[in-house]
Amino acid sequence: MEGRWTRIGLRVWTGLLLVFLYVPIGLIILYAFNSSKIETWPIAGYTLNWFKVAWHDPDVRSALALSIKCATLATIVALSLGSLVAFGLHRTRFFGREAITLLLVLPIALPGIITGIALASFFSFGGIDLSLWTIVVGHATFCIVVVYNNVIARLRRTSGSLIEASMDLGARGWQTFRYVTLPTISTALVAGALLAFALSFDEVIVTIFTAGAQNTLPLWILGAIRLGQQLPEVNVVVFGVLLLTLIPVAIAARLTGGGGISGRADTGEVAEAVQAGAGAE
Amino acid sequence: MAVGTVDRVPPRRAGARVSGTFWRHPWARATALLTPPLAWFVLIYLASLCVLLITAFWQINSFTTNIVRIWNLANFQQIFENAAYREIILRTVAMAAGVTIVDGILAFPFAYFMARVASDRSRTALFVAVLLPLWASYLARVYAWLLIFTHDGVLNWFLAKLGLGSANLIYTNVAVFVVFCYIWLPFMVIPVYAALERIPSSYLEASGDLGARGWRTFRSVILPLALPGLAAGSIFTFSLTLGDFITPILIGGAGSNLIGNVIESNVGVANNVPFAAAFAMVPIAIMAIYLFIAKRLGAFEAL
Repeated sequence: MEGRWTRIGLRVWTGLLLVFLYVPIGLIILYAFNSSKIETWPIAGYTLNWFKVAWHDPDVRSALALSIKCATLATIVALSLGSLVAFGLHRTRFFGREAITLLLVLPIALPGIITGIALASFFSFGGIDLSLWTIVVGHATFCIVVVYNNVIARLRRTSGSLIEASMDLGARGWQTFRYVTLPTISTALVAGALLAFALSFDEVIVTIFTAGAQNTLPLWILGAIRLGQQLPEVNVVVFGVLLLTLIPVAIAARLTGGGGISGRADTGEVAEAVQAGAGAE
Repeated sequence: MAVGTVDRVPPRRAGARVSGTFWRHPWARATALLTPPLAWFVLIYLASLCVLLITAFWQINSFTTNIVRIWNLANFQQIFENAAYREIILRTVAMAAGVTIVDGILAFPFAYFMARVASDRSRTALFVAVLLPLWASYLARVYAWLLIFTHDGVLNWFLAKLGLGSANLIYTNVAVFVVFCYIWLPFMVIPVYAALERIPSSYLEASGDLGARGWRTFRSVILPLALPGLAAGSIFTFSLTLGDFITPILIGGAGSNLIGNVIESNVGVANNVPFAAAFAMVPIAIMAIYLFIAKRLGAFEAL
């Protein structure tokens, strides 16, 4: 269809954009091993020393512990509520179904600051002190849709006759769930959980509004950059956060053949929801 | 649980009755499944949005910084009358619009290559290559640009190598703009790719058979069919830029404040949650207008 030069042009364009996308990520990796205290390019020498410094920094440690706790708890909540919604909406048609999908995507479709400030006013209104749990509530709210997307996609691709066959063979509801449904959706659940973890672990905007005086790892990074202090340590911690988001996502992509990680920019869901929302106005 | 229990007909216990009921009445099953997650969304998320709306009409006592629950429009009046706020709102909208346009232009050829030129194998690889940065730490990717734009950073080294002198972009609006384009680019590529991939090849062949050259086919067939993808992508790029305040903090300077920065500083520094809540209505209203216009222009019709 396309002329030869068009194809070459498109290929070059794609190559350049890949460079654009990945050079900054590559720099993060290189700078983590930068021996100098100042951030100049080219990097003068390489060292592992800053990893040791960062690892022994009590502030970094407590921030890491809080981040892991928050991400784990938010993942557990998202996993249970997200799968419940997926099972509830699968193969059901009722009035208001689109409103539920709209509600699910709203926390990631609206700017994070809206979710953040809304929760901040809610907690302030209810006289709830900011704690680990307020962070978890904030994170879980926007992680639910990630699990939901993965599970519902898998359910849609699973044939209903499997369930019927299991029932016909005398298995009860619970047995069918345990021996038929769960094995078919297990990788989707794992992928959803990994993505929810990555999303929560790296979250800054909602966290700022729900953390109060506590520091998660991204908040520690933000604070350190703002003060312009401990930049070699920041390099290392940023590298760590990058790995802890990339590795789960790469595994999730493998588990779902790439499809599972498209959820965050999934046109279908958002457009459907926007359509429903805009239609309701 | 042994397999043997499945072989004989089990006595009907409570569990079996419940699962039987759910099987016969999908409605009951859906209600039972949906109640906990809906309770979460209604009691926490929707309730928060309602509280946000209500708080926007309250005030704080300027001495005690306690919230005074008296309904009034003073916050909104302040937003509309203060020229500095108007400027920040205009800057944010211009930034969001600019980022959306540039990302659309950057993403389109890339998505086109993915959808219609690349082999199946490289398509999958490209798909993952675009999605990984989308999930990779947001903060890390913004921080990388600090390393690039900083005075002795990668950019100035590169420019010096080319004999172009140096550009001091760090802490400028240009830098903020570039970073936004970078950060949100994958959000544009994926929807445009999805739209382009759905165009049947026969449409393009028909266009060619009817005598249209490449450019004409692009303008009259491909672009209209890709429009819903561009519109969906633009919702992400526009809305995400509208609400961001971390990039202006890290990469921007004194004149880079966006709507998000005003909201954040009013919660964090000034402790004026009612004013922050009122200001949060601004991006919501802008998004509503944006979606309304997009829908009016028929941007979602082909979906």
